[in-house]
Amino acid sequence: MEKILQVKDLHVSFSTYGGEVNAVRGVNFELHKGETLAIVGESGCGKSVTSQSIMRLIPSPPGRITGGEVLFQGMDLMKLKEPELRKLRGANISMIFQDPMTALNPTMTIGEQIMEGIIQHEKVTRGKAKEAAIEMLTLVGIPSPEQRLKQYPHQFSGGMRQRIVIAMALVCQPDVLIADEPTTALDVTIQAQILELFRDIQKKTGVSIILITHDLGVVAQVADRVAVMYAGKIVELGTRREIFYQPQHPYTKGLLQSVPRLDMEKEELVPIPGTPPDLFSPPVGCAFSARCPFVMEVCDKAYPFKTHLSSNHQMDCWLQDDRAKKLVSTFV
Amino acid sequence: MNSYFIKRFAAMIITLWLIITATFFLMHSVPGSPFNEERTTNEAVQKNLEAYYHLDQPLIVQYGNYLAALVKLDLGPSIKKSSQSVNDMLGRGFPVSFELGFYTLLVAILSGILLGVLAALRHNGILDYVAMSIAVIGISIPNFVMATFLIEELAVRFPIFPVATWSSPKHMVLPILALATGPMAIIARLTRTSMLEVLTQDYIKTAKAKGLSPVKIVFKHALRNALLPVVTVLGSLAASILTGTFVIEKIFAIPGMGKYFVDSINTRDYPVIMGTTVFYSAILILMLLIVDLAYGVLDPRIKLHKKEAK
Amino acid sequence: MELRKHENRNISPDVPDAWFVPKARNQTDAEAVIRPSLSYWKDSWLRLLKNKLAMAGLVFLALLTLLAIFGPMISPHSVEKQTLTLQNLPPSSKYWFGTDDLGRDVFTRTCYGARISLFVGLMAALIDFIVGVVYGGFSGYKGGRTDNLMMRFVEILYGLPYLLVVILVMVVIGPGLTTIILALSITGWVGMARIVRGQVLQIKNYEFVLASKTFGTNTARIIRKNLLPNTMGPIIVQMTLTIPSAIFAEAFLSFIGLGIQAPHASWGVMANDGLSTILSGYWWRLFFPTLFISLTMFAFNVLGDGLQDALDPKLRR
Repeated sequence: MEKILQVKDLHVSFSTYGGEVNAVRGVNFELHKGETLAIVGESGCGKSVTSQSIMRLIPSPPGRITGGEVLFQGMDLMKLKEPELRKLRGANISMIFQDPMTALNPTMTIGEQIMEGIIQHEKVTRGKAKEAAIEMLTLVGIPSPEQRLKQYPHQFSGGMRQRIVIAMALVCQPDVLIADEPTTALDVTIQAQILELFRDIQKKTGVSIILITHDLGVVAQVADRVAVMYAGKIVELGTRREIFYQPQHPYTKGLLQSVPRLDMEKEELVPIPGTPPDLFSPPVGCAFSARCPFVMEVCDKAYPFKTHLSSNHQMDCWLQDDRAKKLVSTFV
Repeated sequence: MNSYFIKRFAAMIITLWLIITATFFLMHSVPGSPFNEERTTNEAVQKNLEAYYHLDQPLIVQYGNYLAALVKLDLGPSIKKSSQSVNDMLGRGFPVSFELGFYTLLVAILSGILLGVLAALRHNGILDYVAMSIAVIGISIPNFVMATFLIEELAVRFPIFPVATWSSPKHMVLPILALATGPMAIIARLTRTSMLEVLTQDYIKTAKAKGLSPVKIVFKHALRNALLPVVTVLGSLAASILTGTFVIEKIFAIPGMGKYFVDSINTRDYPVIMGTTVFYSAILILMLLIVDLAYGVLDPRIKLHKKEAK
Repeated sequence: MELRKHENRNISPDVPDAWFVPKARNQTDAEAVIRPSLSYWKDSWLRLLKNKLAMAGLVFLALLTLLAIFGPMISPHSVEKQTLTLQNLPPSSKYWFGTDDLGRDVFTRTCYGARISLFVGLMAALIDFIVGVVYGGFSGYKGGRTDNLMMRFVEILYGLPYLLVVILVMVVIGPGLTTIILALSITGWVGMARIVRGQVLQIKNYEFVLASKTFGTNTARIIRKNLLPNTMGPIIVQMTLTIPSAIFAEAFLSFIGLGIQAPHASWGVMANDGLSTILSGYWWRLFFPTLFISLTMFAFNVLGDGLQDALDPKLRR
C-alpha cells in the first residue's frame, strides 16, 4: 500500500506554570493511501496534540515540537518554512476539529468561509469558487446549497455545521483529512450520519483519513487500522479486526472490557482502575504499569521493545518477552 | 429590524423626557430667585423680571410651557446674558465642540484599535507590555491633568504648539491629544483583551488549518469579532468625551458649548444649564442608539435574530 | 527497537532476567494526586503577590494613607495659615513642595488633599457597595417580575450620563464635601447592583444552594454563607474601580468650581489654582496635585487589574 504520510518519533511538549509537560513522547505511524486510520485513547493521552502537530497547528508558546519528522510527498513538514507549509494546509492536508458550534466564524457567511479556501489556494474566480462550494455542499448533503451559501453559521444545526466544516476542508480536494474528534460533540444519531458521510466521501474522492477519537464505537464503524495511544505513546497498532478481536496490549484489552457490547456474556463493565500518569515527569518505563494487572518489576525500569505480531499488528509490552511468557499463567 | 428600531426610538424619547422633567424640577427646586442672588436687587425690579421670565406662574404651567417650547426646539432665553438665547449659544458653541469631539473620537478609535491589535499579536512581548503600561497611564491620568501637562511641556517649555484657542489646525493638536488619551487607552485595552480571546477561538484554528496567512486571519476573521465589545463601549466613551470637553475647553479657552455650560454653572444661569443639559442628553442618547444599531448590523446573530423573531 | 531473536527466543539481552517477576504494589499509587491544591483565596493572594505592578500600587496606596493621616501632623506648617510674604516660593528644604500664592505650604495642603480624596473615594465605594449589593442581591434573588422591574429602573439610570447628573445635583444642592459624596452615590451604585445581580442569578441555580435549601436554611443564611463568598471576587474588583472614578469626579468638580471650595485643600482645587499660573513658571503648584491625582488613580487601577486577574477562577493553576 502506498504510504502517503509518515510520522516518525514525534515529540511534543508544553511549558506550563507547573513545569514542562511531555504530551507526545515518540509517536510513529504511517497513513496509507485511501485508508482510514483511527487514533484512539483516553482524554489527555496526546492524540489531539499529535494530530495538530502534523501541520504544526499547536500554539507555539506554550507548545513546542521537540523532535521527530512528518514526511509527506517527500518533504519533512517539521522542517518546512511557514509560508511553504501554508500552501499545503487546506490544499493537500486538511483538518477539522471537534466542536462544530465554534469551528465556524460567526460573523462570516458560510459561503464566504468555504470559498476563501479555494480562492486562496487555487486562485480561481469568485464564480468558479462559488460553483465549487455549491458542489461541495451538495456532496456533504446540505439541501438548497445556493440559498444557504449566504447564511450564517448560527442558522444551521450542529450536524449541518459539521457537514459544512467537512465541506470546507475538502473543497480543495486534499490528499489527507485529519479529523480531531469530529463526532464527540454531536448526538448519537447525527454521529452515525457523519460517519456514514466520511465513508461515502472516502469512496468518492479517495481521500485518506486520520480520525482521532476516544469512542471505540466510532472506531469500529469507520477505521481500517487502529492506533491505541496511552500517555503520549502508541502502545498498539493494528487492523480493525486485529485490535478488536486479538488485542494484545493490557491497555487495549482493558479498554475493550470497559465498553458495553451487545455480545457480552458478563453483565458487568470492568473499568481500568486508576488514572493516567502525570506527564510532568514522564515515567522511564511503561506508562501503563501503575494500572496494569500484569505488571512486572521490569515494567517500571525500562520501556518495552516493539513486537511485530504480524505485518500490520505491533505493540510495546514486556509481556511479549519470552521470560514473561513463563509468568503469564500465574497471572490468571 | 424595523420593529426593533421603533422600540429603541420610543425608549429614547421616554428617557429624554425623563431627563428633561428631572432637570426641570431640579433646577426649579433651588431656593431663592435667580435674580436676587446678591440680595441687592430692588423688589419691584425683581418682580418684573420674574414676570418677564414667567417665573411667577405655577410650576406646572412653567413645565408645560417649557415642553411646548422644546417641541419647537426652542430652549429659551438666557437669564444672565439677556441679549442671548440658549439656542444662540448652542448655535455658536456646538460646531466647535462637535469638531473637537469628532476628531477626538476618530483619533481615539483608530489609534486605540491599532495599539490593541499590535499588543495582542505580540502578547507578553515587549510591545505588549509597553503598550499596556501606556494604556494604564492613559486611563489613570485625568484629561485635565493631561491637558495641563501637555501645555506645560509642549507649549510653554518647548513652544511647539500654541497654548490656547481654536483658530488653526495647529491649535487643535493639544486639546485633541489631551481629550483622546483616556478613551484611546480604554479602547486599546479592550481591543487587546477581546483580540486575545478571539485568537483562542476554534474558528481561528480552522482558519489557520485552511492555510490562510496571518494577516488575513487577523484582519478578516479575528478583528470583526474582536471589535464587537469595543462597539458596545463607544456609547459611554462618547459620554466621557463630551463631559471632558467642559474642562478641555476651559483650559484651552476654546469657544465651544462646554465653555458656555461651565460659565452658566458658575453664574447659575438656569435656563442655559437646563437647555444645555437637555441638548447634551439628546446627543448622548442618540449616540447610544447609533451604537446599538451599529452593533446589530455588525453581529449577524443579533440582526437576524430580530428578523426571525417576527 | 525490535525484540531480538536470541537463540530462537524473544529476549531483550540488556534487560536482566531477575526483573521478570510480578510487581507488588498498593492501590493508592495509581491515584496519587501530584500537586497539593490551594484554597481559592490563598491561590488568589499568591497570584496577586506575583503581580509586581499591582503590588507597587498597593504599596503606594498604603504610603499615601500614612501620608494622609500623619502628614499634616509631622509637617511644621499649617494648612490654612496665609503668609503673604512667603508667596510662591519654589520647593526647598523648608517648604518641601513650595508655597502657593497665599503663602501656604503646598506639601501640607497636598496631604490634606489626600485625606479628602481618599475619604471621598472610600465613602463613595462604601455606599455603592451597600446600596448596590442590597439592591442587586435582592433583585437577583427574587427573580421574576420584581427583578425585571428593578432592572428596568437600573437601566434607565445607567443610561444617564454620570457626570452630567453629578454636576446637576451639585448645582442644586451646592458645593461641599458631603454633597459631593451624595451626588456621586446617586447613580454610582448602579454598576455594582448589576454585577451583584448577575452573580446572584448565576449562583442561585448552583446545586449547593439548592442543597442548602432542601436542608431548610433560611434566606439570609444562604445569602451569607453560599452566595456572598462566591460573588466577593467581582464585587471587590468593582470597588477598586469605583474609587478612582470617584476621586476623578471630585477633582473634576473642584476643577470646574463645583466641588470643594477654597480655602479647603483638595487636589482638584489646588490644580485649578495652579493652572492659572502656568505661564508664570510656578510649576510646583500644578505639578504636585496633578502628580498625586495621577499616581493615586494609577495605583487603584493597577491594583484593580491585578485583583481582577488574581480572583478570576478561570486562571487558577
